[in-house]
Order: sequence, then structure tokens, then C-alpha cells
Amino acid sequence: MAQTTFEEISASDFFYRNRDIAGFTNPSRAIFAAIRELVENSLDAAESLRIPPDIYVRLSYEGGASKETQIFRLRVEDNGIGVLPRHIPSAFGQVLFGSKYKLKQQRGTFGLGGKMAILYGQITTHQPACIISSTGMAKIYIYKLMIDIQRNRPLILDRKVLINKEQWKGTIVEFCLEGDYFRAMPKILDYFKQTAMVNPYANLTFVDPKGRLYRFTRVTREMPEPPKETSPHPYGVDVELLQRLIQITPYKNMLEFLRNHFHRVGEITARKFLEFSNISPSKNPKKLSHEEIVKLMHMLKRFKEFLPPDASCLSPLGEELLKAGVLKELKPEFVSVNRRKPATYAGHPFIIEVGIAYGGEIPKKGSFMIYRFANRIPLLYDEASDVSVRVINAMNWRRYKVTPDMPTAILVHICSTKVPYKTVGKEFIADRPEVRREIANGLRETARQLQRFLTRREHVDRERKRFGVFSRYLPKIAQFSTRLAGKERLPDIEKLLKSVKKFGTEET
Amino acid sequence: MEQKKHKSSMTERKKDILTGLENLGSRIYEQLDSGYFPSIAMPSRSTENICYDSLLRQFILGDRKVRRSARNIRHLKPFTQLVWAAFFSRELTSQRKTSTLRDVYYSAQAYEMTFTDQQESNNIITDLETVMGLSREDFNIFPEERSAVFGDLTIEYTVPGYEGRTLNLTSHPDGVLIGPALTSAEFAKTTADKVIAIEKGGLFTRFVEENVHNKFNAILVLTAGQAPRATRHFIRRLNRELSLPVYIFTDGDPWGMHIAMVIISGSANAAHLRDLTTPDAKWSGVWASDIVDYKLPTDPLDEVDIKRLYELQKDPRYKEDPLWQKEIKTFMKIKKKAEQEAFSRYGLTYIVDEYLPEKLEETR
Ligand SMILES: Nc1ncnc2c1ncn2[C@@H]1O[C@H](COP(=O)(O)OP(=O)(O)OP(=O)(O)O)[C@@H](O)[C@H]1O
Ligand SMILES: [Mg+2]
Repeated sequence: MAQTTFEEISASDFFYRNRDIAGFTNPSRAIFAAIRELVENSLDAAESLRIPPDIYVRLSYEGGASKETQIFRLRVEDNGIGVLPRHIPSAFGQVLFGSKYKLKQQRGTFGLGGKMAILYGQITTHQPACIISSTGMAKIYIYKLMIDIQRNRPLILDRKVLINKEQWKGTIVEFCLEGDYFRAMPKILDYFKQTAMVNPYANLTFVDPKGRLYRFTRVTREMPEPPKETSPHPYGVDVELLQRLIQITPYKNMLEFLRNHFHRVGEITARKFLEFSNISPSKNPKKLSHEEIVKLMHMLKRFKEFLPPDASCLSPLGEELLKAGVLKELKPEFVSVNRRKPATYAGHPFIIEVGIAYGGEIPKKGSFMIYRFANRIPLLYDEASDVSVRVINAMNWRRYKVTPDMPTAILVHICSTKVPYKTVGKEFIADRPEVRREIANGLRETARQLQRFLTRREHVDRERKRFGVFSRYLPKIAQFSTRLAGKERLPDIEKLLKSVKKFGTEET
Repeated sequence: MEQKKHKSSMTERKKDILTGLENLGSRIYEQLDSGYFPSIAMPSRSTENICYDSLLRQFILGDRKVRRSARNIRHLKPFTQLVWAAFFSRELTSQRKTSTLRDVYYSAQAYEMTFTDQQESNNIITDLETVMGLSREDFNIFPEERSAVFGDLTIEYTVPGYEGRTLNLTSHPDGVLIGPALTSAEFAKTTADKVIAIEKGGLFTRFVEENVHNKFNAILVLTAGQAPRATRHFIRRLNRELSLPVYIFTDGDPWGMHIAMVIISGSANAAHLRDLTTPDAKWSGVWASDIVDYKLPTDPLDEVDIKRLYELQKDPRYKEDPLWQKEIKTFMKIKKKAEQEAFSRYGLTYIVDEYLPEKLEETR
């Protein structure tokens, strides 16, 4: 009889074995995912300082690997906050290490993305990654490192320190990976275009392996309000989180514990809740039994009087910036945007922003162009499963005189401290009734505005055409009747033409 | 034989036409110049407004009027086209040039006037006819199809280059085309005492060969199927100006019968026009009863023939003279039809020697 063997694997080993759940499914998808993860880290790094991001991405050809795939060198430079030297090895060489576990809206969440890219490069090319970073202080640090997959630890191969004469601040990540750029190209270019759309304050530059340069230039230096860090809302906690809070809390009674660790819980609410759930305000949280903790979680969810989470931890783009981004990247004839009021699902605040763009350079495809975003990241895969697409398909567009064969683009952006992704691949949003409702309401509002625009334009068009007909035929009538009557002078038809025009504007 | 010389008013008439067109121009010009959207009223040509006038013995338009106004965006284009058509007609008439409906369609393009198709430009010409109460031939716009005339009639041309020249219509054995030059000519003299109109070219040639014009003192007119308006007008002039009785010979079927009827009482399409009918003309054959009486070789009436007979039976024009109803009934009874050529079964000259004199006598 064969013997069952048990072993423990590290986090990096786990993700190495399951890299497809993080989006590194195949050579084409992997090259896209690597660019995306690094660009998002760079955007986060610049935005956390409220500096308009300047990001330079270069993908260059290194050599052939197989018939379809080749080896590329990827380099991403930013002007962001930089990484302190003591964190560089772990930030780039240890899976599930990151600075974004806090409760505020950021692109990164898992402490995983950048490392998955580097890990993928390492297993396909066996070469180290090079990280250059400075926080703007006296020195620039250069690390050459690999990931020890079994132990989930960075292996530092080389370390250099340069004098930072220019006071440069930012990070450069460079490594080699295998990929299929030819197949990935359309998605990559889409990704840059759409990222530029929801980050109109960013400069993005991409040089592809053929040496082609793609530049997405900022149209504004305005940036959205940065999110504030927040504590968890009582509706959103689970047993795990409660236990962690109990472990770290310095507070010795439940009243203080609730007041200090939870979002929007003050003295009065805390007392009411404790009474509601039959817990003594003076009880030491560290003395709660496991059963009591489970009960506490249930009671927290059941209590109706907690105030809804506020949205200061969110950073929506705002109507102005969204409009600027759409105008810049889609060049439509008309755009209307709508930012919804903050809402919540399961204790997590979120804000929906939608936009509808029409005409101009938007192509006629026979169906709506749909652009989906979450926390200012474009979502490019699994469109059909996304809640936005379901809402769009379920909507009665005819009511707004909008049909899919019109050149129309629809944009849906969800911001949340916890975006309800359906998968770790962060590609589509789950169908939550609260989210669905907000998207639908936003779309209705923008559709109404588009309808108004179309009606107005139709009217103006009609009037212009009408005037065109009169100014085409009246002079001819004048000319022929003059000659028919044997007259010399043409009759004055200016007054008649003017009356047609006046009549036209009166009708509006 | 009595010699007739009738001075018709062709030149006078042309002058009136020109003045009429100019007046139309002035009316529109004045309205425009005093700051109004010009408009033109004309009798409606819709079927509800067409009625049969038993006094005039033709279709006429009723009292319903339509107004074309340049204020109405949907009228604007046809209105402009109408003014252009009037202008173009005046040019034609005053320069004494002729043209065809097809020409009109193309000429418009020289003035950056666009007609969507031939039908649209034809309709505008009909509008102009309705507004002016004149037929397009009066504006020197002639149809493509042409029929012919043969017989002892001397005409005097009025067309440029031929003014004052005369021609005897026996000059050419194929007959003379009834075209613009002939229809605008004055009738100088004739010895004929009747007009015989014939539907088919074959029979027309036979009649010339058989000297019908001499034997019967007749002017022969070939209608070549349904008679064009110019030919109908020409027959009317022969009848009115020269007081010649008109006898019409067609095939013995509902279609031939109707060719005769249109010469006599006109068509609904021309209800807006006068002077195209010859109410006293006679349909002399081939009748349904002739088919029986002369035992002519026949073909059976087919479905469309029968359908047509039922239509004609209800037509007011066919209620004028009991002859029509009687012949329609006979057709329906025998369910047969015969062509004019059917007489050849009795020899080539039978029709001239026997049938023609009998029928001329019968329908006198
Ligand atoms: N370009 C950069 N500039 C500054 N800090 C960076 C940069 N790239 C990564 N970091 C730091 O390294 C950490 C790990 O990055 P990584 O992409 O692996 O995870 P994450 O961004 O936190 O989460 P996610 O898995 O969602 O991407 C980040 O939290 C951030 O602190
Ligand atoms: Mg990241």
C-alpha cells in the first residue's frame, strides 16, 4: 500500500503552482498581466504622493524561446513614492508582502501582483529581476534579486548604492519573461488607452518590441481627492478580522474596543449595540470566548442602527476628470457622465461612476462599446460575465431612443475598498443587487442626457436642413420668375430667408 | 369639289401662350418682391376631382383646387421645378424650338434643377399644363411617338425656316409625320370631305395603295395604336377648322374600341386639358357585331380583355351612345375578338371595296 506523504508549501510555491488564478494563464496573457501589475503599482506609487504619474514602459526583444513565444525584457519606470531600501527585497521578492492591506481604495490589495510578474519571469527565463528605487533622499538603491519559491524569501544577488544627485524619486523594475507579444498586443494597447481614459492626469509611454512608441499624454494635472484610511465597518467584519483586532487592541473594555476599531461607531451607538446584544460595556474583549466572538459577529450584522459607511476612504475620479478622460481618449461628439452617491454592499462602501459617449471618433460596431473599470483599472477580460454588461443588456434603451447600432460607448467605474471581484484575476465584477442598482440608475441618468442631446441635435439638424432647402430653392424661384416675367432686377428674398430662420428657432 | 381654305389662329395662339407664361412669372415675381412666399393654385387632378362632363363630352376637373406654396417645405422643390418648367417653356416657345419630355428632363440639369427621374419631370409638365390650361404641345414639348397623315391637304408651315412654305400631304406615300412642324402649320386648302383614322400601320399603307384617299375623298390618319395627344389635337383641328367628319377604324377588341373612345372623348389623364377631343368622331369598326356579320376569323377574348370590358361598361364615356354598350355586350356574348387584318381572308381589297363603304355609310 502506498504511503500518503504530507508536506507544507509556501505562499510563493502556492502561487507558483496556481499562477493562472492571478492571470498568468498563457504566454500572451502573462505578458499582458505583467505589464498591468507593474503599471498599477507605479500609478499607486505616484498617486499616494498626489504627483501626476509619469510612467514609462519598454518591452524589448531578448531572444526566441519557442515557435510562438519569445523572451522579452520588460522595464517599467515611475516617478512615484519609491521603496525604502530595507523593504525592497520583500516588496519585490516575497509573495503576500505589501503596504496596501489598509482599508482605503487602492489598486493593489493582495501584496501579490508585482511578485507574480517577477516570479513568472524567473520561472520562464531563470534570470534575476533588477529593482532601482529611491524615495528622493540621498541615495539610489539597486537590487538584483530572485525569489526563493520554496521558502517565499527574496534572494539578493547583488546590491548597489548610488548617490542621488538629482534627487530622483521613483522606482524602476526590470526583468525578463517569456511571452507572446504578437497575440497580446491588442489587449496591451487597449489597456494603455483605457488606463489613460480613467487617469487623465497621467503620462503613459509605451515602447513596444518593434520600437513603436505609444504616448498617452495627460490633459490635466488635477487629481482626485486621495482616499483616507478607514477602520472596518461593523457590517463588513468576519470572525477572522474580529480575532485579529482583539489580539492587537490596547483597549480593555468592549465600549472602547467598539468605539476605536470600527468605522462610524461612537459612544452612543456602541452603548446601544452592547445593550442590544447583551454584552457588558466593561467586558474585556480579550476575555471573549470563541463562541462569544462568533455571536458578536452575528449581532454586529443584525444591529440595524449602525450608520452606513462614509465614502472618505474612496477616491472616485469625479465627473470632471472622467469627462476629460473620455474626451481625450475616445474623442466623441458628446459625453455625459454621472457620479452616484456612495452606497454599500455587505458593509463595504462603493461609488459607481458611469459615462456615455456618442459619435465623433467612436466607431459604429452594431453593439455598444463597453469600458469597465474598477478603482481606475481597466477590466479587459470576461466582459460577458460582468455585472455592468448584464445591466446594460437588461436596460430598455429604446426608451431613450438609443440603439446599439449607434456609435456609442458606455463606461462603468466602480470604486470600493473591496471591489466585489468574482476572481483573484480581478477581471470582472460580481452581480450584487446593490451594485446593480447603482449602475442601472447611473446609466438611466446618462442615457436621459444622451437622449436630450440627440433630440436637440436632431432638431438643429432638421432646422439646418430646412433652412438649406429654402436657401437652395428660393433664389432659383427668384431667378426663374424674374426671367419668365422679363424683369431686370431680382426680387429681394432676404426677408423671406430670414423669416425661415427665425421660425426655426422659435420652434425649439 | 369644294375647296376650303381656313386661316387658323396658330400665330395668335402662340402669342397668347407666351403672354400667359409671362403673367405667371409676374405673379410669382410680385409676390416674392413684396416679401411673400409665392403660391400657385391649380385644379386638383386627384381622381375624386375628375368628372365626366356630358356637355363637353369629355372628362374635366371639378372645383377642387390645390395650392402649391413656397412656404411649405414639401412644396418647395416641385414649386421651383414648376417655375423652371414655365421659364423653360417660354424659352422654347419664344425661340420656336421644340423639345420632348426626355429633353426636358435632361435640360433641367443645365439649370442645376434636379429631377429624381423622368416621371417627376413629366409630372411637373402636367402641373404646368394644369396651371395654364394648355397642353404641353402648346409649349413645344412633343411626345416621342409619332403618327402620320396622308391625303389631299395643303398645309403652310409656321416653323422657323419654313414660314410660308406649303406642302401637300399626298407628297409622300408613307404619309407625313405628325410632328411639331405639322401640328403648328396652318391649313391652307383641301378637297377632302372626311377623315379616316386607322389604328394600324399595315392597314394605313394598304389604304394608300388602294387609293382610299381618292376613292373616298378622305384624309388618312395613322394613330399607331393609342393616338398621341398631338395627333388627337390634329384630328380635332381637321374636324373643327375644316368641318370634316371623322371615322375611326380599329381592331375589334376592347383596346381598339378604347383607342377610338380616347380620340372622341379624351382620357382622364388629360381632364385638365381641352381641345384634344373630337366628340363628333365616329367609331366605324371593327365592331363586335362586324365579327359576327362578316364572319371574321377570331381569337378568343382572354382574361384581361374581359376585365377591361367590364371596366369600360361602367365608364361614363361609354354611356353616351347606346352603340358602345351594345357592342360591349356583344363582345361579352361572343367572347371573341378580331384584328383589322382579318378581312384579308376575303382577299386583300375586300376591306376597301366592301367593308369600308358599308361602314362609312352605316356610321355617317
Ligand atoms: N513602483 C512601486 N513604487 C513604490 N512601491 C511599490 C512599487 N511597486 C511595488 N511597491 C510596493 O510593493 C508592494 C507589493 O507590491 P505588489 O504588486 O506585489 O502587491 P500590491 O500592489 O500591494 O497588491 P496586488 O497584489 O493587488 O498588486 C506594494 O504594496 C508597494 O508597497
Ligand atoms: Mg500591485
